[in-house]
Order: sequence, then structure tokens, then C-alpha cells
Amino acid sequence: MIMEKNPYSAKLRVDEASLWKDKTPLLVALDMELTERCNNNCIHCYINLPANDPKTRERELSTDEIKGILQEAASLGCLTVRFTGGEPLLREDFEDLYVFARTLGLRVILFTNATLITPELTRLFARIPPLKSMEITIYGIKESSYESVTRVSGSFEAAWRGIHLLLEKKVPFVVKGVLLPPNRGEMEEFESWASTIPWMDRPPSYSMFFDLRCRRDSQEKNRLIKRLRLSAEEACEFFARRLEEYLREMREFCLKFTRPPEENLFSCGAGVGGGCVDAYGNFQPCILLRHPDTVYDLKKGCLKDALTTFFPKIRQMKAEGPDYLARCARCFLKGLCEQCPARSWMEHGTLDTPVDYLCEIAHAQARYLGLLEEEEVSWEINDWRGRITAFTGKEPIYQGRKQATKRAALERPA
Amino acid sequence: MKAKVDPDAIYARSEDIVAREIEGELIIVPLVSGIGDMEDELFTLNETGRAIWEKLDGKKSLKDVAEELFAEFEASPGEIETDVIGLVGELLKRRMLLEVSV
Repeated sequence: MIMEKNPYSAKLRVDEASLWKDKTPLLVALDMELTERCNNNCIHCYINLPANDPKTRERELSTDEIKGILQEAASLGCLTVRFTGGEPLLREDFEDLYVFARTLGLRVILFTNATLITPELTRLFARIPPLKSMEITIYGIKESSYESVTRVSGSFEAAWRGIHLLLEKKVPFVVKGVLLPPNRGEMEEFESWASTIPWMDRPPSYSMFFDLRCRRDSQEKNRLIKRLRLSAEEACEFFARRLEEYLREMREFCLKFTRPPEENLFSCGAGVGGGCVDAYGNFQPCILLRHPDTVYDLKKGCLKDALTTFFPKIRQMKAEGPDYLARCARCFLKGLCEQCPARSWMEHGTLDTPVDYLCEIAHAQARYLGLLEEEEVSWEINDWRGRITAFTGKEPIYQGRKQATKRAALERPA
Repeated sequence: MKAKVDPDAIYARSEDIVAREIEGELIIVPLVSGIGDMEDELFTLNETGRAIWEKLDGKKSLKDVAEELFAEFEASPGEIETDVIGLVGELLKRRMLLEVSV
């Protein structure tokens, strides 16, 4: 052994995606939906069930079952677990689960609406820090707009109290917005407030392309959600707010990811190095994809089996839907469009049906960026490489799954 | 400034951290606040640091640790002692080790 000089230890402040180089653990990061229940009743939400629904609570994983999953996740190399929901703080055993996860050496990201943050919880977070910023969704900067979204009286005050407790104890958090009719006029005020939060190193991200109910449980709610979505023109206006940054990102993105996916359903990183455990013990390749053919029952198996056997098979699935094959499979805007098996599931209950709303947004963006002329549709463009080259000034080089996997491990919708 | 290290003392891994082996890397994850300066800070040890770390069991003095390392590796006793004291100093400063009273 060659004895090296100091330093013997080194700080690692890099994200998991770049931590492991070529020897990535089987599981890098795990999402855990601790419950589908929520104390808010947001107009746009795809998952919330009533907070005090006893039948739903009964079906949820027990404390020991969740601990068992966390233990296996840590043994597979997982470094970060994201507790989400519903509202994860509704679980009475939240503190127990949180401390357990941290004692396993996991970093914890908590997705919350902050209404249930208590002085006791902030003391816990200050003593045993999550090691990742908490993520808080803000539904409005005023009581009227906030509660028009959450439909719960007192929720605005509760969220603000929670946020102030976190600030007081210096528990790191970031905030995200949701673009909805009641708060669309508040973006400037929201962003100005967000910039005062010490841990916000960039403007807040927004949720705006709302998914329909993930359990396909209410046509009435789905109709409301559809009415709340931004139009394609509004979406382009939103993107153009920071035009230079948007163009730079789009050029980079088009170079790396834009090409027709053909019949392959999965061009993202779903089920590779990560996934999402739902409140009942089903392991999904991603947080949205709940199609029965793509979820793995952890009560009958384990994370390792899902990651080494089940998900790789799922990822080989091919599209069969005629509309998908005629349009999406031949569409070079795949990189600009959010169409994927999960979105198809959320919208249509299938894996391979085009989501017209997402298609409209992708086309509107493509026209805005000069990738398409007014009447053109992307799947009829044969010389798509030429279009990308004209837009970016470079030849497109598809970087496919490796890059997509990194993104998938680190992102999820608000 | 490095912490004072006593070669006759016994040091143990702190319960304020969690040491994990992932894909052959030893990753030290802070459990309580005040270990890393930043919110998402993790730590790793190099090959030398790790060889020493594995012997810091809360039972052996640093002199005994250095002796065991001398028997296992091709380095002079002086070099090994310097490495052991250097690493322990770093880890004490970061509150990853603590001195065990005997």
C-alpha cells in the first residue's frame, strides 16, 4: 500500500447521478408515497384522498413494512429517499419513519404543503437534518388565491406558520408554484418572495400541465383538471418569460434528446436505478406510472427483484396503439413533448395513446422555436435533423437513456 | 486547526454519523447537525483513510492500530503513525470520531 498524504477524507457535495461514475448502485434514489390522503383538497391534484378516510388508512403500508422497504433500499445502495404523498406528514408514524431512514444513512427529501409542520418537527429537523432541502408547494401568495386552490379554510395560515417555523430553525427548504387561474396574476409577487428564501438558488419551478386522476377515480374531477390546464399559447408565453434561458435550454435539449422514438415505449429512465413505492406497497417504475402491468407488488417480492427482473422486462415493451405508431413513434419532438407511458396512463388508462394536450404544447413550442411551420405536424417531417441543426447550429447527437436516467432520478412533478 | 491526537488514546466512530459501503466506496453520512458545513454534504475516505478507519473500533489505542497496519502494509512505522494521526485529527475535527475513556 502506498500511504498517501492528507487529506484522507473528502467532502462529497455532488448529486448521486454524478457520484458513482461507472459503478452505479442498483438503486440510487427512491420515492415513497407514504399516503394518498391529504389535508388539502386542491382543485388540480391527481392523487389526494380525504385525510380521515379510514378505509384508505387501513390499506396503507404499516410502519414495519415501510421500514423493511427502506432497509432494503439502503442495502441496495440508495442514498436518497423522497417522502411524498398525498401529504406525508399525515402519517402518525412520520417522525419514526424519518429518524429510521436517517439512521440508515439515507438523505430525506420531504414533499409537503407545510401545513402540518410543528415546532417539534422543526426541532427534529434541526437536530437530525434531512440533508436535502424540503420541497414545499405554494398554491397562492394570498389567502384568497391559496384557499381557492386548496379549498380548505385555514390552510393558508397553517402553511405560513409552518414556513416560518422552518425559517426560524433554519431548516432548508425550497418552494414550487402551481400555475392555476386563482394565482396566475401573482407570479411576480411569488417569485419576489421566493427569492428571499435563503436556500432558493434559482427561480421556483411551476407545475402547469396537470395530469388527470392517477387512480382514474373521478370523471368530475378530471373535467375540472382539464379546465385548469394552460393552453398551448399560454404555455409558450410562460416559457418566453425568460427567453434567453429558455432558448439556451431548448437548444441543448434538442441536440441531445430530440429524435423519433419509433416503437420503443420507454426512452426515459423509469425503473432504472429508482422508482416509486406507492402507499400500498406497489413499486412503480416512476411516480406516475400505475398501470397494473407495470407495477410490482412488494408484499410478494422485493425491490431487488423488481429492479433486476421486472422493470427491465417492462422497459422492453413496444407500442402497439395505431395512433401512437402513426404519430408519436415518428415524431421528432419526442424530446420536447411530455408524452410517455405514464402520461398515457394518466390520460387514457393505456400505455401508448397520444395525449393530445401534450402534443399541442409540443407543437406550439416547436412552432415558437422555428422547428415547424404553422400547418406542419412533426411526424410528417422527414428531414428533422436538418431542422434541429438549423435551430441549434449543430448536428444532433442523441444521448438517450443515460442522461434521461439522471433526470428521472432527480425530478418529479410538483 | 487540527484536533489534538493522543497516540495512547482509544478512539471510536461517532454515533453522530452513519458509515455506509456503497459499490466499494465508504460513504460517511452525517446523522446530526453540525458535521457537514452544507446541507447535503457527504464524506468519503481514500484508501489509506479507509484502512485506518476499519481499525478504529473503540478498543485499540492508536499505537496498536499503527502496529497492526505496519504488519499489513509496506510502509515505515513513521509514515504509518503520521497517517494514523493525520486521519484521526481530521475526523475528530469533523466530529466523526470520539475519544473513548478507559
